[in-house]
Amino acid sequence: MSDVAHAPAQPIAFKRNAREALADPQLRRNFRGAMDFLMDKRRSQFPDGDELERLRAFGNRVRARALSKLPELLERLDARLSRNGVKVHWAETVDEANAIVHRIVEQHAAKKIIKGKSMVSEEMEMNHYLGDRGVDCLESDMGEFIVQLRAEKPAHIIMPAIHLNAGQVAQLFHDKLEVDYTEDVDRLIQIGRETLRRNFFEADIGVSGVNFAIAETGTLLLVENEGNGRMSTTVPPVHIAVTGIEKVVENLRDVIPLLSLLTRSATGQAITTYVNMISGPRKADELDGPQEVHLVLLDNGRSQAFADGELRQTLNCIRCGACMNHCPVYTRIGGHAYGTVYPGPIGKIVTPHMLGLDATRDLPTASSMCGACGEVCPVKIPIPSLLRRLREEAVRAPAAAPQHVRGQGAKYSRKETMVWKAWRTLNTSPALYRAALYAGTRLRALMPAHIGPWTDHRSAPKPAARTLHELAREHLGDQ
Amino acid sequence: MNRPSSQPANATRVAPPLEGPRVYPARPSDVYLFGTCVLDVFFPSAGMDAIRLLEREGIRVHFPQAQSCCGQPAYTSGYTEEARAVARAQLALFAGEWPLVVPSGSCAGMFRHHYRELFRDEPETLALVEALAERTFELAEFLLEVCKVRLEDGGAPVKVALHTSCSARREMGTHLHGRALLAQLSGVERVDHDHESECCGFGGSFSVRMPDISGAMVRDKAAALKGSGAAEVVSADCGCLLNINGCLEKQGDALRGEHLASFLLRRTSAASRGGAK
Repeated sequence: MSDVAHAPAQPIAFKRNAREALADPQLRRNFRGAMDFLMDKRRSQFPDGDELERLRAFGNRVRARALSKLPELLERLDARLSRNGVKVHWAETVDEANAIVHRIVEQHAAKKIIKGKSMVSEEMEMNHYLGDRGVDCLESDMGEFIVQLRAEKPAHIIMPAIHLNAGQVAQLFHDKLEVDYTEDVDRLIQIGRETLRRNFFEADIGVSGVNFAIAETGTLLLVENEGNGRMSTTVPPVHIAVTGIEKVVENLRDVIPLLSLLTRSATGQAITTYVNMISGPRKADELDGPQEVHLVLLDNGRSQAFADGELRQTLNCIRCGACMNHCPVYTRIGGHAYGTVYPGPIGKIVTPHMLGLDATRDLPTASSMCGACGEVCPVKIPIPSLLRRLREEAVRAPAAAPQHVRGQGAKYSRKETMVWKAWRTLNTSPALYRAALYAGTRLRALMPAHIGPWTDHRSAPKPAARTLHELAREHLGDQ
Repeated sequence: MNRPSSQPANATRVAPPLEGPRVYPARPSDVYLFGTCVLDVFFPSAGMDAIRLLEREGIRVHFPQAQSCCGQPAYTSGYTEEARAVARAQLALFAGEWPLVVPSGSCAGMFRHHYRELFRDEPETLALVEALAERTFELAEFLLEVCKVRLEDGGAPVKVALHTSCSARREMGTHLHGRALLAQLSGVERVDHDHESECCGFGGSFSVRMPDISGAMVRDKAAALKGSGAAEVVSADCGCLLNINGCLEKQGDALRGEHLASFLLRRTSAASRGGAK
């Protein structure tokens, strides 16, 4: 973790973003339709519930074991990759990671970068950072390409342009690529591919993410469906992979259950069209592949989560996106409203470690705790429990020790703390509780018609004439 | 997987059990009833109906008058100490060996799963908590699996939609018990509703902290229930009912949700009934 004091951050305007998203009927329709489709796809891949549960338990154990020896596995990964000829760089912050990438860019006097899909590069805002320094970064994943054309961020970690329908993409391509307007999806994809194809050959450097970094063999495993990942990592003379430190697994055997869980949970595919395994640069007797391969390992708050036995489970994540596909909140507001790189349930538990609880103060509370995310998580991250834990950290008195999460206490309020203390007194003093409920039911006629935000969408609840305590006492006697 | 367009979306997703399959005890002579605070104030007749259903099965019901709230509102809001104090007060009331029956999946889940978390650093209390968790049952599950009720329907034919709370579904694994009870009623046709397995948007403090999102969720739930063709709506959780009924009333709709206990008692009080006693 950084020694630099954490400057209090401006909170993300989550509630305002959510309100705007909810008012957009097109966006609501797009997300509802897309999430229904993805939920069905996933379900069709797991027809046997018992098998799914066994596999989830297995996946959880594999991830837990990897995290239990994370420092050691990272060292082994570094050593093995180095032996394979890959240059490994460690970055604590996104600034450090960007500086590392920029140094490589400068060494090669690179002007043009082609990128495969990488959420860590989004975390780094790499396109922006390099763009400011005169380097052109082009996204080659079709979804990422679309959101880049729209100057947007991904709305979903797996399907970046899921918030758009074919008509919106047709209009975008017509406006930006100056092609004839067509809503034919195959034709649209063809148009995108033609544009991208040229760029693979013009790029000086290819950048990609990593799905699993295998310590034993020094292998970077990358799944994708469009072939752009393979092109980005093999055609340009230099390949830079960027990844979070939690992506390391012990050996290739461990990858098998995780890979199966990942693709089936994410897109409902038994396996992706491409599975790339990169173990080093082109060897002397090989005809293709990059001459130079780099791996940037990024921390960016992950070691804070790692340091806490409970919060560490956040790092189990294999970035499948099933939690957002099944989330009733995400389905309604979409990915952009979160204002974070990782939206949805996983975003709510991982982003506080990256940006601090002060910037993300509303995120842990933006959940009805319905548990759909925890139900479908392929590596059994107890997301609702972790949300609850972050709520606890957020309302903790600011001076309280120890400091588990940067920005803890961001939602502390003396008034609310007093309310809960009074609630505690009421509910631990039986006579007082019964008296209060007695009064509440007798004064039911005085119940206001408007009670805060509750009555924006509902009528005010009306207390019954008599409490269950009274009725039960009459029926059963005083017990 | 292609879904026929007539079938509601995402209707029957059954959550995996949190633990292995539950082994149910024989029918006891006595049970505790935990009324829950929401039911206490807003749906007391549902509590009485639960008591009558249990009594009809020949079970003596004990309702300790010192009970209040299970502690969940503070727990989910992050006020763990306050939740623990309230939980401790309830623990003391249910120390006997009788099962604890709760007419709410949400509060039952608190007793059965979250008390373990609350008292994980207190070994002595934890032993009590574990014992209580073992004998905590949600009402529908208790009626079906422990009492093995045989319901005889005395009501007119009706279409009913069942809303299962998220905690009943995911923490208590009682999604299918309510369905099985309704299936015993010959005049009741249970109809699926769109996105049945999705949250109604209540979530306790979520409904006031995030009113816009919660409101959008409950409006969708109300629309799905109205669109299901059901004449009646039933749920075994009063938090959801408070939310859904409030929305239906605000929309000027006549449809209202009713607690499962009240519905079952009403349908079966005219006819003779009772399981193997």
